[in-house]
Amino acid sequence: MSPLLDVKGLQKFYPTGEGKKRGTLHAVDGVDLVLNKGESVGLVGESGCGKSTLARLLARLTDPSGGTIHFDGKDIGAIPLGKFVKAPERARIQVVFQDPTESLNPHFKVFEAIADPIRLLLKPKSRAELEERVRKAVDLVGLPQELVGRYPHQLSGGQRARVGIARAIAVEPSLLILDEPTSALDVSVQAVILRLLADLRDRLGMSYLFVSHDLNVVRLLCERVVVMYLGKAIETAPSDELFRAPKHPYTRALLAAIPDPTHRGKHPPRLEGSPRSPIDPDPKVCRFYGRCPMGTSLCTEQAPLLKPAGRRHEAACHFVDHVQASEQEHALSHR
Amino acid sequence: MREPLLRVERLSLDFRTRDGRVKALQDVSFHIDKGEILGIVGESGSGKSVSAFAIMGLLESTAAIGGGSVHFAGADLLANNGAAMKAMRGREISMIFQSPRTALNPIRKVGRQIEDVLLRHGPVAKRDAKKKAIEALARVRIPDAERRYDAYPFELSGGMCQRVMIAMALACEPMLLIADEPTTGLDVTTQAVVMDLIREMVDETRMGALLITHDLGLAGEYCDRIVVMHAGHTVEDAPTEVLLAKAAHPYSAKLIAATPAAADEISQLASIPGGLPDLRRSDLPFCRFRDRCERRAEVCDAEPLPFAELAGDHLVRCWRPA
Repeated sequence: MSPLLDVKGLQKFYPTGEGKKRGTLHAVDGVDLVLNKGESVGLVGESGCGKSTLARLLARLTDPSGGTIHFDGKDIGAIPLGKFVKAPERARIQVVFQDPTESLNPHFKVFEAIADPIRLLLKPKSRAELEERVRKAVDLVGLPQELVGRYPHQLSGGQRARVGIARAIAVEPSLLILDEPTSALDVSVQAVILRLLADLRDRLGMSYLFVSHDLNVVRLLCERVVVMYLGKAIETAPSDELFRAPKHPYTRALLAAIPDPTHRGKHPPRLEGSPRSPIDPDPKVCRFYGRCPMGTSLCTEQAPLLKPAGRRHEAACHFVDHVQASEQEHALSHR
Repeated sequence: MREPLLRVERLSLDFRTRDGRVKALQDVSFHIDKGEILGIVGESGSGKSVSAFAIMGLLESTAAIGGGSVHFAGADLLANNGAAMKAMRGREISMIFQSPRTALNPIRKVGRQIEDVLLRHGPVAKRDAKKKAIEALARVRIPDAERRYDAYPFELSGGMCQRVMIAMALACEPMLLIADEPTTGLDVTTQAVVMDLIREMVDETRMGALLITHDLGLAGEYCDRIVVMHAGHTVEDAPTEVLLAKAAHPYSAKLIAATPAAADEISQLASIPGGLPDLRRSDLPFCRFRDRCERRAEVCDAEPLPFAELAGDHLVRCWRPA
């Protein structure tokens, strides 16, 4: 079976500065990603690592600087933005944005918010068809039908999140890109929305690309995780495997930093310092060098590439084997 | 040995609005000992921040305190006048806020902002202020503190800005630090560093700290005790291990079960039906969780709920605790 999404060497560069300070910001720098039909992949990393830029590239909201994006066998990365708006793939890739308070048009009632993408992308033949599709989407996300006449400000946070999801699934996409869909919600509401998302995926057979900084949420919703650091994918593995046996030192630091009552009184090593500059990075130096507890001169001479580190598990570190050796000790210290 | 530092007792507070009085806090009680971090957790709108602002004397003019007391180091803060409160804020009680970048003055060097605090409160001579400010920056482990003294907030990362905020809050060696969602908007790796720092400062100086957060995992890792708030009530108060292992109030139990860290599968995530009641209602039920509760019984409607001791050091506001 050919994958739904097959991304190779994807790049997005932005020019920065003027005069002598002119440079190129490598927001996404050579990312490979495969997403199968019905699969959910989580994309995690710190702010500035390029995960949101990658999501925007895949949604074709911005043009890549290099690389290919094959969607269902077709290279959609090559279609210019202006043309893509009218391409049939537009409806098949939809995005649920962060913070529904900001991403819903305050002047649109719920009905209009959901009807808008249907009108644009599916071109319904009649008012009745449009209304039917809106009704179906509202039902799917479990929103009471009587709320369609309301404005966003008249809804609760959880209801707004449902509207954001409804308008994305109303055009029956195959790939749903979710950019931190629950970060603005209280934990009790978050639980409901996560369950809704899992349920919709099973019922509609969509694939998810789930961008989040909350690793626990990703663990629950996704089969596979991609960890990004400064524009690069540095580790990818099945979710349970990544949590059980992280191979990249950055991933290990990231997991160790998740607040956990069992860590109380212990002092797991923390990542000090800030990431290197993403502007004109030296291609020979590992992006994590300087913050990495394992860095050696080898890391400044040759940047590590993703290499196999287990079953369906890849990590970009020269010392993957070394990490494997100390794994047992790591697991013990986490008991 | 326990040395009480802050004791909030039966505090009630309303906000006057055009649509009536919002009963934001009712019968709120908790206490903090020296060298202890107390966590307050709850959903947005549960009264966590209002409680902190009440302690700090930073309430809006529409707020009316209906009753109760806030005892700090022997004095009742609610009886204090404005001048006394002003002298105390920043010296004996300090606060750090969400989003450090907006809390800092954007057009003043961070070192100067720390000096301002020192000169306002501390017994620091003007010529020593710069040295003290640099020391304060170094103490929160800002690398190259001397150079950072001259930085503007926009030149620093979010984590660095929060460290500056902490340096500022700790400059006068306060007895109590109130941290209102100090790590919201920071990455988990930065969050861990900032929280480690707060914990260390508490252990080192024996100051007390109040951590307001919606993240039970965070409270669980760093707090000695946790108070759960719901709709302006304190509903449970227990040592951290006790609360996480055997929460007695149905709301606390649900909150713990709704936290993604606790679940192995998405189907195990608990959800809490409904929302907070409208706090403007004149007929607010005795138990403000009543309409969302699965354990509801007749007794819940019959009598007002006391915030009662379940066991030593474990308080709960529920007629039918688990």
